[in-house]
Amino acid sequence: MNGPGRRARGVFRRCALRKNFFEVFGLPRKLGVDPAELQRRFYALAREHHPDFHQSAPPEERARVEEASALVNAAYRMLRDPIARVDYLVRLEEGRETREGVPDKPKAPPALLQEMFEIQEALAEAKTGDLDEATRATLARQRASLATRLADEEARLTGPLSARWDDAAPTERPAALAAFKDALATRAYLRTVIDDLAQALGEDEGVAHRRH
Amino acid sequence: MSRIVGIDLGTTNSLVAYVDETTRLPRIIADAEGRPLLPSVVAFTPDGIVVGDAARRQLARRPGDTVYSVKRLMGRGFEDVKDEARYLPFRILPGEGLVKLAVGGREVTPPEVSAAILKALKERAERHFGEPVEKAVVTVPAYFNDSQRQATKDAGRIAGLDVVRIVNEPTAASLAYGLHRLSEGVIAVYDLGGGTFDVSILRVKDGVFEVLATNGDTHLGGDDLDRVLALWLLEDIAVRHHVELDRDCVDLARDPEAMQELRLAAEAAKIRLSSEERTTLTIPFAGFTYRRDITRAELERLVEPLVARTLAPARRALADAGMTPADIDQVVLVGGSTRVPLVRRRVQELFGKTPHSQLNPDEVVALGAAVQAHILAGGITDMLLLDVTPLSLGIESLGGIVNVLIPRNTTIPTSAREMFTTSVDGQTVVDLHVVQGERELAKDCRSLGRFELRIDPMPAGMPKIEVTFLIDANGILQVQAKEQRSGKAASIEVKPTYGLDEADVARMIEESFTYAEADVETRMLIEARNEADTVLVHAGRALMQGGHLVTADERAAIETAVTALRAARDGGDRERIHEATTAVNRATEHLAEVLMDAALKGALGSRRASEILGER
Repeated sequence: MNGPGRRARGVFRRCALRKNFFEVFGLPRKLGVDPAELQRRFYALAREHHPDFHQSAPPEERARVEEASALVNAAYRMLRDPIARVDYLVRLEEGRETREGVPDKPKAPPALLQEMFEIQEALAEAKTGDLDEATRATLARQRASLATRLADEEARLTGPLSARWDDAAPTERPAALAAFKDALATRAYLRTVIDDLAQALGEDEGVAHRRH
Repeated sequence: MSRIVGIDLGTTNSLVAYVDETTRLPRIIADAEGRPLLPSVVAFTPDGIVVGDAARRQLARRPGDTVYSVKRLMGRGFEDVKDEARYLPFRILPGEGLVKLAVGGREVTPPEVSAAILKALKERAERHFGEPVEKAVVTVPAYFNDSQRQATKDAGRIAGLDVVRIVNEPTAASLAYGLHRLSEGVIAVYDLGGGTFDVSILRVKDGVFEVLATNGDTHLGGDDLDRVLALWLLEDIAVRHHVELDRDCVDLARDPEAMQELRLAAEAAKIRLSSEERTTLTIPFAGFTYRRDITRAELERLVEPLVARTLAPARRALADAGMTPADIDQVVLVGGSTRVPLVRRRVQELFGKTPHSQLNPDEVVALGAAVQAHILAGGITDMLLLDVTPLSLGIESLGGIVNVLIPRNTTIPTSAREMFTTSVDGQTVVDLHVVQGERELAKDCRSLGRFELRIDPMPAGMPKIEVTFLIDANGILQVQAKEQRSGKAASIEVKPTYGLDEADVARMIEESFTYAEADVETRMLIEARNEADTVLVHAGRALMQGGHLVTADERAAIETAVTALRAARDGGDRERIHEATTAVNRATEHLAEVLMDAALKGALGSRRASEILGER
């Protein structure tokens, strides 16, 4: 039944939603979002559209409400997180705002190339056999340093880079967008390596619990 | 809108509740005897189905035909439960798909057993209101997957109930607390029930109950605590009573009746040890009576690993909510197993604050279900529940890798759209395998089912099939597909991996009338027979153990009474059975006292039992 010929192939596609997530909340396409205000608007929209309050409506109306409710939920999930918000904005600007969870291609930060080389070597060693105490200590140290680096990168994304976008004149936007993409790629890379290190150190709770 | 009741369909006990129009507060509906809890036990007897206390009382007499903890089997396959099946006295049949039980001379599925419980609650509510009840909100563990939720909905349909909403138990509990304005801010609900464990982190603000994250284990609860204690007792019995066991050639582990006695005694001892530091277990077996003291410390040592297993899910829920224990304003305890002092200690240590349980942990979920029912009926408009889906939903893609469409802890309802096409010319079927879980490979996740999309033949790559995966407010998946070029809705054939299809459900609704619950008269007759069976067993054991301690006249009197009861038991006259039962009880009163004295003599000297008991 499930030979390779029959297996469905998922194809990426633009969502047919009319409103983008910023528009759902009546917000401008800016990254500086007041979390309390966003939550207030979300609760108001959730009350308006939640299926609980349309229980006795006819089926078509209920289906419409369900869809509206799903859109509001998706929009809030995306915009409440400052980094997901940046990620969404980039995809929106590029016309590929389909769904979340599509990773940016990880890219090693040039400044860290030397360090990364060492880490990859230590990781390869860890994979082949036992972890001696010295390698273990090195890996743990490297992971701590990368975690700091990741936190810095995220702070830069949600701080100065986001502010830059919000203040940018239309001509400055492409540059601001490019800066986001670089930072997101670096972040994706750092997260992958940190995960690999955690796994090598046997710290990921046995089962790989997928991250979102 | 017609009336909607709230039902907590629990592993051990079930309840039905409603919101009182005048007080606007939720209330549990008790049975005719005033008992709020309906034990979730269903007995399949030749005279019909018996549910609740009557079924529970015959657990040790008819272990093979009396089903308990069926919630643990809901939406599961044989492979999932075969380890546990060793400890269950009723037979679970090997096979593909949903598990089947062989009880009362026929095969039944877990939704049918649950339906018997729901039906009893439905009837209880109908007696209370004096009118038909057709709609219900039913609670499930938050960590229940799609199959388990669907099975619960199916159980409702078989019972003649329209399950208008499936609500997560910890969320329902928070609604009950919220109604009483007992909790605002960020709350953690720790729910350890009879068979399942959930932990949910919620933000409660301005009447909105927003679940931030949930986690759990749908196979961890009070049943497991009882089992470790029972197995430990079994070993202790083997050591202390090996002489009697060898003499009678008895292997208790293979004796379902003895194992039920042991399990029930272990459960009772566990419950006593929540309020006492030490308790005595007395279990009469066929050839001897087992008696030992057990302390709370001993119990805690046994159950510690099980309690520890709740901590990792709790930490994961915190992490997914982006919180640390310091961010939690209040911790609420739900479920009977949170009465265990060790559980309370561990929860307190984890969150760094004293958990509270002002509302009865056995009732709070049903009360919350009633609140949600009232919201749906339009009776409450200022409260809104925003729940999440507990597990990531994905489809299997090339190489068996899971392509996640909806991540765990996404607020529901939620939807995801995907485009699919064909890879072979003229292909008319596209096969989607939908799974739930957090693992990378589909084979490590929970298979929900296969969806076959049927389309008109076209060259490869030409069809554009848009598939919408919607998780509704019940946490249940709905799939819709549309071929974009033709604009036609693609037909979807759903093959649930662990579920019932429409035809199954329809057949089971039919059968539920054939195998209806025994009527009141029959039920009372069954109860009388059960009582008689219990008394006969005890009398037989007493005679075997202590017959030589009383006079021949007394022995003869007991034997006469026993013979009379045997005859009465097989007849259909309930009154006669009662009278004969009372007669045996009276005839064995003295023998029982003599036996008690003999048993206590060893430990307590030669005083009479009545003296010792009188001192307390």
